[in-house]
Amino acid sequence: MATDTAVATPEADESHAHHPPHLQHHFVSSEQQFDSAKLGMWLFLITEILLFSGMFVAYTVYRAWHPEAFTEASATLDWVLGGVNTLVLLGSSFTVALSIHFAQKDDRMKAFWNLIATLALAGVFMVIKYFEWTAKFEHGVFPAGFFDPHGGYYETLASIPYTGQFFSIYFVMTGIHGLHVLIGMGVIGWIAWRTFRGHFSSEYYTPIEITGLYWHLVDIIWIFLFPLLYLV
Amino acid sequence: METAHKEASGVTKTEEAPNYLNHESGIWSWLTTLDHKRIGIMYAWAVAFFFLVGGLLALAVRMELFGPGETIMGPDAYNQTFTLHGIIMIFLFLVPATPAVLGNFVLPIQLGAKDVAFPRLNLASWYIYMIGAFTAIAAILLGDIDTGWTFYAPYSLQQGSAVIIMTASVFVIGFSSILTGMNMIVTIHKMRAPGLTWNRLPLFVWSIYATSIVQILATPVIGITMLLLIFEQVLQIGIFDPALGGDPILFQHFFWFYSHPAVYIMILPGFGIISELIATFSRHRVFGYRAIALSSVAIAMLGFLVWGHHMFVSGQSAVSSIIFSLITFLIGIPSGIKIFNWIATMYKGSIWLQTPMLYALSFLFLFTIGGLTGIVVGVLALDIHLHDTYFVVGHFHYVMMGGMVMALLGGVHYWWPKMTGRMYNETAGKIAVALIFVGFNLTFFSQLIMGTKGMPRRYYDYLEQFTALHQVSTIGSWILAAGLFLVMGYGLYSLVRGKKAPANPWGAATLEWTNVAAIPDPHNFKRTPLVTRGPYDFHLADEVFGGGDGAGDGAAVRAPDAAPPAPEPKTAQ
Repeated sequence: MATDTAVATPEADESHAHHPPHLQHHFVSSEQQFDSAKLGMWLFLITEILLFSGMFVAYTVYRAWHPEAFTEASATLDWVLGGVNTLVLLGSSFTVALSIHFAQKDDRMKAFWNLIATLALAGVFMVIKYFEWTAKFEHGVFPAGFFDPHGGYYETLASIPYTGQFFSIYFVMTGIHGLHVLIGMGVIGWIAWRTFRGHFSSEYYTPIEITGLYWHLVDIIWIFLFPLLYLV
Repeated sequence: METAHKEASGVTKTEEAPNYLNHESGIWSWLTTLDHKRIGIMYAWAVAFFFLVGGLLALAVRMELFGPGETIMGPDAYNQTFTLHGIIMIFLFLVPATPAVLGNFVLPIQLGAKDVAFPRLNLASWYIYMIGAFTAIAAILLGDIDTGWTFYAPYSLQQGSAVIIMTASVFVIGFSSILTGMNMIVTIHKMRAPGLTWNRLPLFVWSIYATSIVQILATPVIGITMLLLIFEQVLQIGIFDPALGGDPILFQHFFWFYSHPAVYIMILPGFGIISELIATFSRHRVFGYRAIALSSVAIAMLGFLVWGHHMFVSGQSAVSSIIFSLITFLIGIPSGIKIFNWIATMYKGSIWLQTPMLYALSFLFLFTIGGLTGIVVGVLALDIHLHDTYFVVGHFHYVMMGGMVMALLGGVHYWWPKMTGRMYNETAGKIAVALIFVGFNLTFFSQLIMGTKGMPRRYYDYLEQFTALHQVSTIGSWILAAGLFLVMGYGLYSLVRGKKAPANPWGAATLEWTNVAAIPDPHNFKRTPLVTRGPYDFHLADEVFGGGDGAGDGAAVRAPDAAPPAPEPKTAQ
């Protein structure tokens, strides 16, 4: 239908001279663009909470039905490692908040190094998680269908029904949470690189801000996972 | 004056002002477009394709049921056919149809915005939808999906890899739905033109707002449910599979926690379309504007609290059944508010019976039947009898097809001139409405009767006594199909040969008609409008028909005045 290519671009009759480079054409102002991005991110975080809520419901239901299995199985998780990981993530939330603060202050390198620190802490979290998981695998602790615990204390789990369900829920919840950490690491790495290149300033730091929001959510979900899985 | 343009001008002339269709050309310009209007059109093609496929599958199902025993296919093929019909119609057609096609195209213009808040996410949502659609096609080709669209465990867990791929596809399509919902909410909050207060929003915008809330809150739950179902098969996590100690009823709870609100994702935008149609074609301000707007939000909220009414016979506790039944009744209240307000809107209006209005009237009739039968199956005692019978099938189709598809067809006819720049053939349109209305009622009213007589749903074979009703239903489906194919035919004809449309053929009062060219500019508005009145301000109604007889060519329609341009913002900061 549309074969006419010689038409002048419609931008021609509008003055774009005063637009800052980061402002997309369909927004009136930077504030509007910033507020929209933040609102969008908050809505996305709501969907994330609902995604995890399905798993929290499964946890609640099985815990209510089989409290003794959950107590026994939970005891095999190392609360020290989990606690360290909690502190690590809390620290990373602090550094990402600092990076937003320094971006607002136009302190590019401090913002950059705080993002790198966040990335490093996230890496520490994943490494600890890796050792926790593999320790379980070594003892045959897999999701319910493949659940075959052996060695040491784990032997007792074999005689308690529904401990497999606990580990199913443990692996699924920490696994999907871990996936969120990995995605967050990718995004933070990319944002750190852009910060280093000087893409952001006190006038425009939206990507750092919304990445920070996402990272806080990842942190908060862990703050619920840790006591539910390790402590209670 | 249209005849001068007709066909003679062709498309190669440069006399046409640049518009969103011709300012760039080539397939690549479409695949990389960030323009909400073009993305809406791309969704329209995809969604229309799946509506066609799902419709043909439905015809095959009805054909098979023409007589007892085998008619055109065996029982396994039958199970797969109705399963695919359900999956395609729900996930690939009904859920995305209105928000992603009409919502995308119309909503930003109704808000006086240049685009949605996140154009790139908008395009991404289309690609995610297409990836999900192709995944679904792959699953279909792998074959053997006969779980029904509900994927109930444990049966779905025993069906092999095709079901895994199909559930993955539902998961992926869910993302597309979430992104569209996010985009719409942010757009409505942040992108309204100056003067466009919440009480001046067109009701279509309100309904998309309510829809988007449901999309955002419900869709992640189907996402995690599908993911858990996949894990259940691959990793054997034992959450849903009773063989491993899991609970299949938990799956039903999870599934309906999404899928009941999902029917509101499907129907709420229809309410918005109907409000626009009835106001425009009655030349009357909407009666009870706030009641209609807020009842959409009320339905969206209550819709989250009724999922258990799908599970009255699953063995859930009597107390929860009673509560779910009660809240189900409550949903009748906001729905009834809407119906009465629409009727009151028509009262003392100048009703103009164009095709879109005929769809709106059909909607009022059919949706009322659908809604009332919904109350019937929400009654605990009656539901024991009616559960899993054709009564449920009839109820669901009265709501989804009689309600939603009628509204969608009305909306597509209404906005067709704006989307394509051309008019459809009004006479053919009216014939099609008549065929669809008659065919629909034959098809599905007979199913309501069958259901009360005890004909179970999803059965391949049936007792002799149901033959007559099944045949009425099947013949009705042919009439219905004839009407829909007629729509397809004159729609395609109109794309090529249709009369050029004026900017406001219906004399409507919302911004997409008053302040935008016949085919919208790529940026929608030359100057951002300043909104100074409500969306249904037809105070010139006496002059609207201006001596014309309402014959439908739009020439005699006196349209409400355009909104004045907004003052330029002082600084771009």
